[in-house]
Amino acid sequence: MSTITKARPSHAKQEHHEHGGATMNLNFTEEQEMMRKMVRDFAKNEVAPAVERMETEDRFPREVVDKMAELGLMGIPIPEQYGGAGMDFTSYIIAINELAKESAALGVILSVHTSVGTNPILYFGTEEQKQKYVTKLASGQYLGAFALTEPSAGSDAGSLKTRAKKQGDHYVLNGSKVFITNGGEADTYIVFARTSASKGSKGVSAFIVEKDKKGLTIGKKEKKMGLNGSNTVELTFDQCEVPEENLLGEEGEGFKIAMANLDVGRIGIAAQALGIAEAALEHATEYAKERNQFGKPILQHQGIAFKLADMATQVEAAKLLTYQAANLRAQGQPCGKQASMAKMYASKIAMTSAIEAVQVFGGYGYTKDYPVERLFRDAKVTEIYEGTNEIQHKVISKHLLRD
Amino acid sequence: MNIYVLMKRTFDTEEKIVIEDGRIDEEGAEFIINPYDEYAIEEAIQLRDEHGGEITVVTIGGEDAEKQLRTALAMGADKSVLINVEDDVEESDQFTTVKILEAFFEDKEYDMILAGNVAIDQASGQIGPRLAESLDIPCVTTITNLEVDGDKAKIERDVEGDVEKIEVSTPVLVTCQQGLNEPRYPSLPGIMKAKKKPLEELELDDLDLDEDDVEPKTKTIDVFLPPEKEAGKILEGEIDDQVNELVGLLRNEAKVI
Repeated sequence: MSTITKARPSHAKQEHHEHGGATMNLNFTEEQEMMRKMVRDFAKNEVAPAVERMETEDRFPREVVDKMAELGLMGIPIPEQYGGAGMDFTSYIIAINELAKESAALGVILSVHTSVGTNPILYFGTEEQKQKYVTKLASGQYLGAFALTEPSAGSDAGSLKTRAKKQGDHYVLNGSKVFITNGGEADTYIVFARTSASKGSKGVSAFIVEKDKKGLTIGKKEKKMGLNGSNTVELTFDQCEVPEENLLGEEGEGFKIAMANLDVGRIGIAAQALGIAEAALEHATEYAKERNQFGKPILQHQGIAFKLADMATQVEAAKLLTYQAANLRAQGQPCGKQASMAKMYASKIAMTSAIEAVQVFGGYGYTKDYPVERLFRDAKVTEIYEGTNEIQHKVISKHLLRD
Repeated sequence: MNIYVLMKRTFDTEEKIVIEDGRIDEEGAEFIINPYDEYAIEEAIQLRDEHGGEITVVTIGGEDAEKQLRTALAMGADKSVLINVEDDVEESDQFTTVKILEAFFEDKEYDMILAGNVAIDQASGQIGPRLAESLDIPCVTTITNLEVDGDKAKIERDVEGDVEKIEVSTPVLVTCQQGLNEPRYPSLPGIMKAKKKPLEELELDDLDLDEDDVEPKTKTIDVFLPPEKEAGKILEGEIDDQVNELVGLLRNEAKVI
């Protein structure tokens, strides 16, 4: 019987080790490793079973978000004094990465909630605003959202038209916002509106708007290609009165506030895209080992084998870019260029990996019985939101010009 | 309440297991807290939260087991002890483990010792009962419910699918079965606190033992993987013939009837 052992090729050990993914030491701390394992277990046990309903009913996974809140996942990088877990930025990125492997929708729910729904108040809010909002957002009692994009102001965010007019002790907001992630489910929105007539990015201010403010209407919920379960809605402001103490930062600081969290948001989306790419690679590899054609597993046919070799290499590169940007950010270093590179590359690899994974699965990959069909639909948006990849090219090339 | 939990670091049997030179290859394996020990940790936390007291998680192993101890601390245990035998013990069996634990518990005060019903790697299920015998305290195995009231414990245990209800006095050693509880995930605040909680490291010397005292009583001759599952057989022909053939195969080939 011991021949089973002896018959194994001597390089089997090495192969297994490499597949385990421990090829480069990214220097994760013990806490980060423990958290990764916890989130991975959580994603497999609690998130994966919720995916089918999210897919078929396009229903927001409130019960999963509540469980995440209990575990402290809704405020990972927020200091303990404001109700967060007080962990570092890389830990937060690890959580998005692991969640997105099972559900890209939950990855973006968490990313938007933290990166752009909570952070702006933490960084620019008054002590009162932090006590009132950050504590509830970080503990998961509140869900956060961010409203910058408008029908005619996408990549050119400075051209936004929503207006905020000071009247006595409040501001009156009028205008509309589109593609608002977490919209309709969120308790607070960071809303950008013009407070003076000056053109472009000047004269834009940021406000914390609570969900039940009179004059705020949650409009049409978009029927999207993917990310089912993650809400994307229109917001309309019609004579919506916001108390002056809910102005975030100074008047005219809105654009600065929006831009300050771009890097954070981009690294978050890079992590989400990385999760999609890793899932595509994992599913495709498993399937290619088991699917036999012409008398052997398709992974032993060069056409499929080389495809997977390319995918594995690209996923590894996306991982390194993403965690490099995260580590820079965690150390408080400038990371604008690296964040753009990570977001642009990881999203591109998410898309190509998903396309190839469907190809590896063949006809089965085109059915909803296998997860690669969902990955294919989920991947595309990562190339679009949080700054289109065209904008990322622009950012990176600007750095080349400047540096 | 003074609560102790016996914990084992095991490889994850859901991952691929590779055997080299008659041993499980640890290089590529994923390691976890033995799942049955997770029930023990969870039950200990619930007992502590209800009755007060302190939980100490004990494991025998090497430096690497620190990770699993930290996870137990992150779940909510208060203290942990690593009995590091890396340098002293080359071969071990259940005798070795019980001998070490017996020495460890000699000067300890305890109301309750919880352990997993079995470890998923070797599945001997011996450590709990043998340790209880050594410590001369009662032992209840495969428990599915536990209520402590003063110095009495009301326990339900799984007996081949039936439930047996037992009342026992403390101190007692129990081994935990699936169904007892739902082990919690370590929360992020828990993970952050775990680093600051005590992790004591002991060696055989500290327990007044030497290598000869813990020499195993059994010897492992071979370790091998189960045979690969073979493809199923599809019978063909008239239904009557198929039934006859099936009965024949079950009787002569599979030898199950």
